[in-house]
Amino acid sequence: MTGRPRTTAARVLQNRLFLAACLACTSLAVLALAVLLISVLVQGVPGLRWNFFSEYASRKPDRAGILAPLSGSVWVCTTCMLLSLPLGVATAVYLEEFARRTRLNRFIELNVRNLAGVPSIVYGIIGLTAFSRMFGLVGSADGTPLVLGDPESFLHLELPFGQSVLAGGLTLMLVILPIVIIASQEALRAVPRGLRQASEALGATRWQTTWQVTLPAAAPTILTGAILAMSRAIGEAAPLLVLGIPLFIASTPESLMDQFTVLPFQIYSWASRPQGAFHDLAASGIIVLLAVLLSFNALAIYLRIRLQRSTAS
Amino acid sequence: MNLPTPTSPASTPRPAAVPAAANAAPPAICVRARSFNAWYGSHRALQDLSLDIPHERVTALIGPSGCGKSTFLRWINRMNDMVAGARAEGELTIDGESLLDAARDLVELRRRVGMVFQKPNPFPKSIYDNVAFGPRLHRHMTRAELDDLVEQSLRAAAIWNEVKDRLHQSALGLSGGQQQRLCIARAIAVGPEVLLMDEPCSALDPRSTASIEQLIRDLRSQFTIVIVTHNMQQAARVSDQTAFFYEGRLVECGPTDTIFTNPTSKQTEDYVTGRFG
Repeated sequence: MTGRPRTTAARVLQNRLFLAACLACTSLAVLALAVLLISVLVQGVPGLRWNFFSEYASRKPDRAGILAPLSGSVWVCTTCMLLSLPLGVATAVYLEEFARRTRLNRFIELNVRNLAGVPSIVYGIIGLTAFSRMFGLVGSADGTPLVLGDPESFLHLELPFGQSVLAGGLTLMLVILPIVIIASQEALRAVPRGLRQASEALGATRWQTTWQVTLPAAAPTILTGAILAMSRAIGEAAPLLVLGIPLFIASTPESLMDQFTVLPFQIYSWASRPQGAFHDLAASGIIVLLAVLLSFNALAIYLRIRLQRSTAS
Repeated sequence: MNLPTPTSPASTPRPAAVPAAANAAPPAICVRARSFNAWYGSHRALQDLSLDIPHERVTALIGPSGCGKSTFLRWINRMNDMVAGARAEGELTIDGESLLDAARDLVELRRRVGMVFQKPNPFPKSIYDNVAFGPRLHRHMTRAELDDLVEQSLRAAAIWNEVKDRLHQSALGLSGGQQQRLCIARAIAVGPEVLLMDEPCSALDPRSTASIEQLIRDLRSQFTIVIVTHNMQQAARVSDQTAFFYEGRLVECGPTDTIFTNPTSKQTEDYVTGRFG
């Protein structure tokens, strides 16, 4: 061998320095999160009384609660998930399993990736035009909507969708659809090619292979991606703000056509008030929002472990 | 053994009916290639190949990497359809029917031509569900019929005794050699006429390899087996007929004894004696 030998001591020192730098960066991030969480907890925990959950919004801080935004968030996110999961997974299955690598399909894939980076307020504008107002094409001139079905029942539609749960769910679907598609594509791509080959070599059609082999193998990862996308949806305020959803609302949604408001919007409104008592309420709201988010993530982890166990134990 | 036989006797001439006096007559041809050419994009992987694969014999395809033997194997069940840019020309038939028709029913073809891959690839499902996967695709069966077929297939693949107490546990818990025998059981369960094996032992240890080789010898009375292998001793041990491929051409094909002891071509001799490749 040629060249001057490198001393061991210098390399070990270099290693230690790098380790220290990495640790410092990690602890900085953890510290920032801890400070944030502690300040929110100190400010917000006293406000977590029972009537905080059972009351509607009020001008008096001690009587204000989050019943409307909490139920609104649950309604709109469930709607959003039920809409975006089938659409997103189906799109990913098409792109990964069926589509040929044509220029058009590569262009579509590239654009899905770009759409994931579009600011959510832009989707709000699309939602307002397409779902809330339906380009002004339906409904009568004086603004009253076209009602399909019995307005008293759960199953009825009002066109255009206005500020309803359905309009909100569809708008949030636009926000998270690219995320769901990308996560599902990655999950499908991670399924070993050998499994598809084994299935096709046994005489399975592409559909049978996808439904019975590829999708079950990818399901735990798809689910994790979908629930992370849902945590994004539940934290969104901007696109719904553009839709013009009300802030004060004294009822919980009972059908997809009812009005709603969401937690981040309520928190934003409380935090922007001058009175300190409302700031405490905002902190309490943040705790509830975080709790909802964390329980979604916990659910994702639980489902993933259970699915993995049922397929691979 | 009453595995479902996919082809009716009328359409498939089987050598079993050959009378003792005609023992010297060559066995009936199962897969036949004439002037067969295959490409990946602009790369010509196989050139002017003519080869006969007889019924119920083991045919070994040997040759250095990239010589086209796997390509040929993967055209017999049209697995190359999954590869973008793969195409073929010439004559390739199974029992006289053309394999290359664009309109060929691939589901039916793959039911007749099973495949075992280089790396064991059991589904992340139970052992039972792995074997039952193929039969469930093709026919409606009662639970009892399916139980029976799963047991027979696992017995035929010489793995029944090792797995009979844990049929409903995941196949991923098996060793590599057991997984490969499970994959063979899975292929057998569909009732194929031909079994293609693409280097089935290359990912296995010597003991598992020995058990797979024994299995291949046991199965040759029921199936037409085509095996691609890099291991020349393996070809010599398990096959009746050996075909030597080199740079996309068939150099020589003949009875395994002849190929290994008295090859006609200098290239074959150099390869089987380990002078290159």
